[in-house]
Amino acid sequence: MSNQITFSKEELARYNRHIIIPEFGLAAQQKLKAAKVLVVGSGGLGSPVLLYLAAAGIGTIGIVDFDVVDDSNLQRQVLFGVNEIGKPKVEAAKQRLQVLNPHIEFVLYNTQLTSQNALDIIKDYDVVADGTDNFPTRYLVNDACVLLGKPNVYASIFQFEGQVSVFNYRHANGELGPNYRDLYPTPPPPGLVPSCAEGGVLGVLPGIIGSLQALEVIKVVTGVGEPLVGRFYIFDALSFESRTFNISRRDDNPLNGKNPTITTLIDYEQFCGVKAVETPVKEITVKELYELQVKGEPFQLIDVREPYEYEIVNIGAELIPLAAVAEHAGDISKDKPVIVHCKMGGRSAKAIRELEEKFGFTNLYNLKGGILAYIDEVKPELTKY
Amino acid sequence: MATVIIPTPLRKFTNNTARLEIEADTIAKTVSALTVNFPDLKKHLLDDRGQIRSFVNIFVGNDDIRNLEQEDTFVAPDAIISIVPAIAGGAIVNVAVTGCLLPVTRT
Repeated sequence: MSNQITFSKEELARYNRHIIIPEFGLAAQQKLKAAKVLVVGSGGLGSPVLLYLAAAGIGTIGIVDFDVVDDSNLQRQVLFGVNEIGKPKVEAAKQRLQVLNPHIEFVLYNTQLTSQNALDIIKDYDVVADGTDNFPTRYLVNDACVLLGKPNVYASIFQFEGQVSVFNYRHANGELGPNYRDLYPTPPPPGLVPSCAEGGVLGVLPGIIGSLQALEVIKVVTGVGEPLVGRFYIFDALSFESRTFNISRRDDNPLNGKNPTITTLIDYEQFCGVKAVETPVKEITVKELYELQVKGEPFQLIDVREPYEYEIVNIGAELIPLAAVAEHAGDISKDKPVIVHCKMGGRSAKAIRELEEKFGFTNLYNLKGGILAYIDEVKPELTKY
Repeated sequence: MATVIIPTPLRKFTNNTARLEIEADTIAKTVSALTVNFPDLKKHLLDDRGQIRSFVNIFVGNDDIRNLEQEDTFVAPDAIISIVPAIAGGAIVNVAVTGCLLPVTRT
């Protein structure tokens, strides 16, 4: 079929450095043009993946992302610039990529990939590149690709570490490679997933790992070389060490092991434990807090973030980091309202639950949206981080 | 002694040490020695039943212990053992609001 793919004079000039590689040639370039690749996530990993796939001449590129460009993205998401802040990422991405290569098509999905839409979106593509940033979507992309029989070029990053593999790839001899559930049968419980105080990623790392991901997409599409199937690559940017491990299919894989139990997409938030119901805590909005401050009403304000965060910006609260709230329970008032805040409201809710359960507090209020909401709505002159 | 490579997210529990030399001849003994020396590592490596968590992979050389003898996998004195937890990206997960511990089963 790819023999029917033809190139204009401009395209031939553009792809000349591909075509003159003896092992690649015009045939591989035709396969790139005939291919439809879906990139899930146009952030840190998606940026280099999209740039290289567009430059390489993948004929149709689908982009899934529900987010808008934020200034905190620009440290690593090299598709975007300050002019795109506030714009939907898929639109900003297309604008940038279409300038890079006007000869290819884009299909935009300005939506979150969900169990309801994933099969419908993915079914039209030959290859999926997973550049998402959370466990529920990782398992969703994996399961949808396995159910639809699509290869899933996987890359993941965290802080200084990167991982790459090609999942659910069927070799020419019919043999199927492992998928994400063979490598990691279950996700970490949310309690062990780093919180906002300890997440993050070194900006250049997704550039390195996303480029490797783009490489594997190109290999899968063209059949040139040996794709990273049954192998799992990891890179440690701190020590500059990389290792490639052997991985294989598991008999107990619930998708395609010996006794499959998953035959359709499931609720991945529930699977990853991020939907579990917890005791609600009393809340106060930043506007209500501001009114209390203006009126000079008695209350105690506690900040449970880390000292380094407090140094970046604070709103005059007493600093008691989350890990130390129990030992400082005696410093917390029981006879006036106590408002507890962190960056966005997660850690402060945790602190309140611990204090209520262990010490019987009934006067604790969580600042909804944390210090970020306070800065947005009350004191925009303060530094956001 | 075998060398254990600690991934960066867990190095805060090993005094920022990336490589540890451990005297042990099986994976079970290696993990046990690690958690004795660095107690904070324990909940990240082992579940409540003391089994290696299913989102933590351990490789001896290039091979997954699940394809060898699991925790009983022999560790040669010059072996390189890699601990590789699942990572999903830099997303901020609002742990306290959204989560509680899932029961983790290793199958």
